[in-house]
Amino acid sequence: MSEPLLDVAGLRVSFGTSLAAVRGVSLQVMRGETHCVVGESGCGKSVSALAIMNLLARRASRTADRLSFEGRDLLTMTDGAMSQLRGDRMAMIFQEPMTSLNPAYTVGSQMTEVLTRHRSVSRRAARDRAAELLARVGITAPGLRLAQFPHQLSGGLRQRVMIAMALMCDPQLLIADEPTTALDVTVQAQILRLLASLQRELGLAILLITHDLGIVARVASRVSVMYAGQIVEAASTAALFTAPKHPYTRGLLACVPVPGKVRRDQPLGMIRGVVPKIEPGFAGCAFRERCDYAMPECASEVPLQVAAAGHDYLCRLPADWGTRV
Amino acid sequence: MLRFLVRRLIVALLVTATVLTLAFALTRLSGDLAISIAGPNATDRDVELVRKAYGLDRPLIIQYLSWTGRALIGDFGESYFFKQRVATLIGDRMPITLTLGLVGLVIALVISLPLGILAAVREGTLIDRIVQIVALVGQAMPSFWLCLLLMIGFGLQLGWLPISGTGSWEHYVMPGIVLAFSAIPALTRLTRSGMIQALGADYIRTARAKGLSRLSILLKHALRNAAIPVVAIAAVQLGFMLGGSIVIETIFALHGVGYLAWESIAKNDFPVVQAVVLVLAVIYIGLTLAADLVNAVLDPRLRGA
Amino acid sequence: MTELAQPASRRRNWRSAGLWIGGTIVGLVLFCALFAPLLAPHDPFAQDLTRRFLPPYWMEGTDPAHKLGTDGLGRDYLSRLIYGTRISMLIGIMTVITSGLIGISLGVVGGFFGGRVDDVVLFIITCRLSIPVVLVALAVVGLLGSSLTLVVLTLGLLLWERFAVVARSTTMQVRHLDFVSAAWCAGASRPWILLREVLPNITSHLVVVATLEMALAILLEAALSFLGLGVPPPAPSWGVMITEAKEYMFFSPWVIMIPGVALFVLVLGINLLGDGLRDFLRTGETS
Repeated sequence: MSEPLLDVAGLRVSFGTSLAAVRGVSLQVMRGETHCVVGESGCGKSVSALAIMNLLARRASRTADRLSFEGRDLLTMTDGAMSQLRGDRMAMIFQEPMTSLNPAYTVGSQMTEVLTRHRSVSRRAARDRAAELLARVGITAPGLRLAQFPHQLSGGLRQRVMIAMALMCDPQLLIADEPTTALDVTVQAQILRLLASLQRELGLAILLITHDLGIVARVASRVSVMYAGQIVEAASTAALFTAPKHPYTRGLLACVPVPGKVRRDQPLGMIRGVVPKIEPGFAGCAFRERCDYAMPECASEVPLQVAAAGHDYLCRLPADWGTRV
Repeated sequence: MLRFLVRRLIVALLVTATVLTLAFALTRLSGDLAISIAGPNATDRDVELVRKAYGLDRPLIIQYLSWTGRALIGDFGESYFFKQRVATLIGDRMPITLTLGLVGLVIALVISLPLGILAAVREGTLIDRIVQIVALVGQAMPSFWLCLLLMIGFGLQLGWLPISGTGSWEHYVMPGIVLAFSAIPALTRLTRSGMIQALGADYIRTARAKGLSRLSILLKHALRNAAIPVVAIAAVQLGFMLGGSIVIETIFALHGVGYLAWESIAKNDFPVVQAVVLVLAVIYIGLTLAADLVNAVLDPRLRGA
Repeated sequence: MTELAQPASRRRNWRSAGLWIGGTIVGLVLFCALFAPLLAPHDPFAQDLTRRFLPPYWMEGTDPAHKLGTDGLGRDYLSRLIYGTRISMLIGIMTVITSGLIGISLGVVGGFFGGRVDDVVLFIITCRLSIPVVLVALAVVGLLGSSLTLVVLTLGLLLWERFAVVARSTTMQVRHLDFVSAAWCAGASRPWILLREVLPNITSHLVVVATLEMALAILLEAALSFLGLGVPPPAPSWGVMITEAKEYMFFSPWVIMIPGVALFVLVLGINLLGDGLRDFLRTGETS
């Protein structure tokens, strides 16, 4: 199965003439794999996810060299055809479980409507499936929960409901946009475990968007590091953590204090400067103002280099630069 | 929910009591009622007779309590002019006013709901501008003038509709349109802003991610949440319409409660005026209570479960 | 995730168009009201029964001395129209001042002190909302006789509820802002805080309410005068002009068109001004 489930190449999204949020993102998600996109707030990772699902506002303009799912071209797909894919073959869950559910309808009705929309099943059958999924995501007394309203549930429960709702039609791809950011740490761990077990059981592919490297280390098989609208490094998780190539990735990893390795009086690692806001027409490397190894050539086009099989990075520095330090 | 309703009910009763008092005070404004009733040619003796006949010689507080007590059981006394029980008079005319009010409300909703939704979905475009202009025009239109314009247009020149009286449903069309005009601006604006807010909510993004059809998202998910303030306003508007129909009924000679009030004011028929003010106020209070109830049904968060 | 709205410049152009148009209309009417004796070609009360119902200049058989024709008693329509602006503006401004004083006082007191005081204020507002305004106004004028002063007083005593509601809600918002607490801590007295901290910040909202109430007052006076229970004839109130003309409206529709259009345009202008002011003031706010 070497055909990617989701194939994105050269994705670009801009809002008017003042903001280029995504500038040429390329990534591939294989069946059954967890692919993480990691980056700071404002780097364009959420926008990329929404662009893939075509959920952006009308004012955003989206282009790509290639955007296909299960071999079907998403770029030229009409909104009607796209809406048939959404919720059925590809699903998405969001960051804020508090506001992502409609307060006027019960949990049950919001879950069953996904199934009845995409399949011709009876409402009873849809209810049964909803109850089954609620139990699968670890919610006790699913029958009771189905009749409740969202405001009666806690944040963690709501996120579980969101996950269950996303699985109603047995999708192939689940896009999760920072699903645990708004939750307590303990609940975070539970949700992550849940996602991992669901993936194993269902063969689900997950595109997980996060800013937390810890999550990446736990669940991802492949990682794409995003900065200022571009993927600056893409590798398997193991390769990224053991041999990062891009200065930004290295900076990120250096920021994470490792117990046992950090001395008490040692200052925490940080990357100086702030993420720039990119206008359309920006040239060169967006990281150069903050990079300790910047060269004058970084102001012009940056090459995409290959460090190893399946490990690319967007930088001028040679692949072996770190090893000699 | 029960506690919420009980509290609203108590407030409603207190408000009714206050309005009762105000209605009573209203008619006593001109000082000596007996003089007004007896007319400009009356002698002092006539005035005295009138005073005794209508019980106006009793202390004010007794008059107040007597009227209040009987009003509470629906006895509003007798009309000075019509020689009928006021309650009967009002009861006969009320269906016409209610029909007019409902016709006006239905027309208003039929126009403003789709317009508001359209403006919200096409926010910022030309259509949105046009809708807002329509709302502005409706707000600036003097209702009595509009009555006359419609009369000239539809009644005379086109001859489609009757210009006065009550009889068939056609008699309610023009008055209903004018009445609707007063409510359309507020309802349209509110629907529009409510829908814009609802459409921008996170749960709409979720609905789109679930692949629901556009119609379903609009009508099922967004409108349900946007409707909550609209319902409250619609009830209030109906209350205003019932109170404001006096001008329209008078021009179109619709024999409703408003026309009755108009005639009674012209003839100094105080019991009727008092009673009509009270009845309209009570209806309004009832409508706002009903609106609160409907809101509680529409928004589960208000139920305090 | 950034979702930018429409380019700000386009929105601002639309809004300021409304503001300018509304402001021009209101300014024009105000000008007419102030300089009516200089602008009107004739005495608005001068009757000439030999020249009744002359049509306006765009129709046949007109008299150039009467650009907008004459009414049923031979009075110059244009002059009556111009003098009518005085009545409308007087009604509008005086009513707004009266109702504004009542409503703002109530609203600020309720919003500032909260608790029981606020409950009482809310109760008063609810009572006022339950009263059918047009009916009560008609009844009052019917009982006490038509006069300009009475109309102003009655409308002023009845139309304060929006002032109260807006004053109350904005006061409640402002009360919790930091600079008010800072003033408290610095030892300022309550009246001082009310006057110097709260009032200036709620003024912008109240100005908008004032324009809307002014428009409403003008419409109501016209309706009352139309029914004969407002400003008494022969005063050239536009409502009076319409009611005097309505007997002839089927033969010469222009008699009701002219004052009606004037009324409509004035109210539209005030509403445009109010809406424009609201958007203009909103762009200056941070929240």
